[in-house]
Amino acid sequence: MHGYISQSDKGELVIGGGADSYLNYSQRGSLPAIEHTVTALVELFPAISRLKMMRQWGGIVDMTGDRSPIIGLTPVEGLFVNCGWGTGGFKSIPGSGFVFADTIANDRPHPIAEPFGLDRFTTGAVIDESVAAAVAH
Amino acid sequence: MLKITCPVCGLGADETEFTAGGEAHIVRPASTDPENISDEAFRDYLYVRDNPRGLAHELWLCARGCGKWFHAVRDTYSHEFKMFYKLSDPKPQLNLTKKPRARAKAAKS
Repeated sequence: MHGYISQSDKGELVIGGGADSYLNYSQRGSLPAIEHTVTALVELFPAISRLKMMRQWGGIVDMTGDRSPIIGLTPVEGLFVNCGWGTGGFKSIPGSGFVFADTIANDRPHPIAEPFGLDRFTTGAVIDESVAAAVAH
Repeated sequence: MLKITCPVCGLGADETEFTAGGEAHIVRPASTDPENISDEAFRDYLYVRDNPRGLAHELWLCARGCGKWFHAVRDTYSHEFKMFYKLSDPKPQLNLTKKPRARAKAAKS
């Protein structure tokens, strides 16, 4: 159970967190996901329980098999991927961009990004730390 | 909120009474000759999924009901359940000729 909350410049609270447990391309969000997020945040800040929900948004997140991103080469020559950041990724954009540029320029995985290669799903060396969001999903 | 009906015990309830189990009908590589199963075959079994935007065969668990797993065919764009069927039932063939948006449009008009 988790959620995030921050106040916008207008004073509204922006909240979010969680994903549906099933495939959902509707981009409408779902009531259980909203309830799940709100429950976690009201537990943390009981004072917000009387606030009105103004609007909600739902999008598509790219989750990988081990919840960590895929950075590096693909079986197709000249095609590189930096994806699978799931519900996180924002804070990692500068760092991943740096190693990804280096990966493309040299046509080999950057040492830092090497464990995040697509081939880890074949070798079995999956990453068990949920790098994408740094939280236990 | 998805409305789901368990084909085993007949429970019809909200999605919160059930647990989603992901893609259905994934066949484990044959275990008669385990030494010769390729890493790629096991990768496909463990991680590679279709993730269709449209009709999908899915596994669901009747978590708050009879506790049995069952199958469903669901449109991942419109959320419409086409059918529920038991684990022992054969995989139904889907009509994938129309794209989800076109189907949704046709359903509205």
